[in-house]
Amino acid sequence: MSHSTPALTEADRLMTVCNSCRYCEGLCAVFPAMELKRSFSDGDLNHLANLCHNCGACYHDCQFTPPHEFAVNVPGTLAQVRTESYAHYAWPKAARPLFARHGTALAIGMTLITALFILGFVALNEPGALLTAHLDDTRFYAMMPHEAMIALFGAAFLWMLLAVFMGARAFWRDAGTPQVGATDHAQATRDAAQLRYLDGGGMGCFNEDEQPTDRRRLWHHFTFYGFLLCFAATSLATVYHYVFGWHAPYAWHSGPALLGIAGGIGLVIGPIGLLSAKRSRMQELGASGFRGMEVGFILRLRVTGGSGLALRVLGETPLLGPLLALHLGAVLTFFLSMPYGKFVHGLYRYLALSRHARDMRRHHGSI
Amino acid sequence: MAAWDVLVAGGGNAALCAAIAARRAGCSVLVLEKAPKFYRGGNTRHTRNMRCAHDAATGTLTGPYTGDEFMQDLLRVTSGNTDEALSRMMIDKSYEMLDWIQQQGVRFQPSLGGTLSLGRTNSFFLGGGRSMLNALYRTAEGLGVEIRYESELTDVEIEGASFRTATVQSPSGETRIEARTLVAASGGFQADIDWLKQGWGERAENFLIRGTPYNKGSLTRALIDKGVRQIGDATQCHAVAIDARAPKFDGGIITRLDCVVFGIVVNKRAERFYDEGEDIWPKRYAIWGRLVADQPDQIAWILFDAPNLEKFMPSLYPPVEAGSIAELADKLSLDPAQLCETVETFNASVVGGRPFNHVEPDGNRTEGLEIDKTNWAQRIETPPFYAYPVRPGITFTYLGVRVDDRARMVMQDGRPAENMFAAGEIMAGNVLGQGYAAGIGMTIGAVFGRLAGEGAAAHVA
Repeated sequence: MSHSTPALTEADRLMTVCNSCRYCEGLCAVFPAMELKRSFSDGDLNHLANLCHNCGACYHDCQFTPPHEFAVNVPGTLAQVRTESYAHYAWPKAARPLFARHGTALAIGMTLITALFILGFVALNEPGALLTAHLDDTRFYAMMPHEAMIALFGAAFLWMLLAVFMGARAFWRDAGTPQVGATDHAQATRDAAQLRYLDGGGMGCFNEDEQPTDRRRLWHHFTFYGFLLCFAATSLATVYHYVFGWHAPYAWHSGPALLGIAGGIGLVIGPIGLLSAKRSRMQELGASGFRGMEVGFILRLRVTGGSGLALRVLGETPLLGPLLALHLGAVLTFFLSMPYGKFVHGLYRYLALSRHARDMRRHHGSI
Repeated sequence: MAAWDVLVAGGGNAALCAAIAARRAGCSVLVLEKAPKFYRGGNTRHTRNMRCAHDAATGTLTGPYTGDEFMQDLLRVTSGNTDEALSRMMIDKSYEMLDWIQQQGVRFQPSLGGTLSLGRTNSFFLGGGRSMLNALYRTAEGLGVEIRYESELTDVEIEGASFRTATVQSPSGETRIEARTLVAASGGFQADIDWLKQGWGERAENFLIRGTPYNKGSLTRALIDKGVRQIGDATQCHAVAIDARAPKFDGGIITRLDCVVFGIVVNKRAERFYDEGEDIWPKRYAIWGRLVADQPDQIAWILFDAPNLEKFMPSLYPPVEAGSIAELADKLSLDPAQLCETVETFNASVVGGRPFNHVEPDGNRTEGLEIDKTNWAQRIETPPFYAYPVRPGITFTYLGVRVDDRARMVMQDGRPAENMFAAGEIMAGNVLGQGYAAGIGMTIGAVFGRLAGEGAAAHVA
């Protein structure tokens, strides 16, 4: 079968090699999924690539990795295919180049947006309000009314949802559209929540060498659950605001604040671990050409979480205004860039896991 | 005073089991592996399972496989050509090997897709042989075993029945290493084509070697030259029919072809030469290498038609495809008239009539041919037609050194060596006079490796 990119062509070659070996069958979901087919479309390969968690076990277990002439490198090749798949399915098409230049786009966007917030705070309020908001009863709403925040962030959020949905739909359709049931989603949710396949088949993952000593699963849990806690904090605050009429700012021991603090800590610790693991990682195992996207995503999470925490700690000082601009800038950049960066990996992997759960249920009765 | 308690030659399953056992018993252990690090472990890196006796199903084995049944299987595949007492001892010790090897970090999984027939008898390594090997290396290094790569043990100094020193070639030159005991676990000599020729003649030029190019048997030769008793002859080996397009060395598992039962096999004269329906894979898997070795130019082709294409495990290279038998003959450089006649005669002789079942002998046979196909005979009639070229693929040789039931080498005069042990392929001929049963090479390696390591430690103590 002919393929649209060199990475997909190489992935197809490797799947033929792996399908005639199958020694790695017990390591993760990719190889059992591969065994269901003898030829692979671009969509099939993108599905397999998003199923791969890049634990690295098959690279060290394979008897045919370089320098062997068969040159089998499944995690590295699938990482390339996976990363390119994010761009391939992105909506609108005009935004696809953003993936390869993600780091630059992110830096420019974040600076611009934060600057605009500062300008807006200054232009729409009394001069000097930027540094005196901490004295106002309404705190940050003194600089930007609640309704304005809702309107701006609501619009950005809806755009993000639409763009992410369109991309995910294209990804899903490309490998066929099977009937995925509730049990499959339950299975996929469990697998994603535990990062079941980020453990080298039970031995642990590999990062800098052939020792299974990698901690990425832990760092990812900090990051992911930190993110979820922050999301929960915002959601709870929305309920407080609209249902109970309790308005921000909230005391540090309130529900939204506690969730936000815990989440913020996760979003600071997790990304530090992930970044450090990425730095020491064997180059062979990763994709090339997308470092800005990978690092940018992690850094952005950190800036978002970090600025939120700083806002909480320094909210009673003249820094409130600038920090608010930074935090809102970070969050808005985050929303706007979500469909065009590493964020989609979570969604695509979830979709791949649910498709896999369904395929395994259908072919083997269980997973 | 010797520098090392135990010197282990080789770096595969047998060598590492010996090294770990000896180190756990308190010895200082040096492992010399001839290959560079990536290719360490010889054939172990290409293995996938190990055959051990067990009285009950386990989490990964589907049912019991008793020592008696194991012994029956061994007697059958070797046609009784085995040292029965030694084999019985090995099988008895294979019971506890399942636990012991897992204690060394090796992990098992249920049998792989496409290998259901081995799910009861053979324990499959999670991640395959290289994963298994990596686990043994991690354990050995963690215990303090020293490992040197690109170090070949080329000669030994033996006094009477006692090992003194070894000559070692490495990138830094030739050195002599003293040790109180020697464990020879350096594999077969299948990569030494000249040695193979001593048994096979010029035919060996056309053999493909399924493992690394490092297994040349220099230590085997040195030991025999210095007074250790030889076992086996140069023709005995594990040989299967593999894809003729495979690289000369190290093509491993992915070049094997499991499709003989689905069609016919013809030689260079476009004629059939053996009953393709004699028995199911894997029991007869290992005879086709020798059969092809006896054909002109040591090449043959497996022919089948469209409905069979996806009935067997896929392999690395695509089959040759053609719309007619004559066109297929053309592509294979065979005589079209002869190939058409072979296929037509075969088709006309198919009795068939029963449901086709490739899992067990199904009684669908031909009648009236000089060489009948006694099971799974079906007409080759639906285009496109396919062919895989095959050549003998040598896994490992059986000629080696004689050992006793404590894995000690036996000298020419019949005395056991004082401080020399052997394990794995270098002594596999003690168990396998001929034939093969899947996974038994790893059993030989692990059981005799552990015995050798423990024996060496006992000698040192």
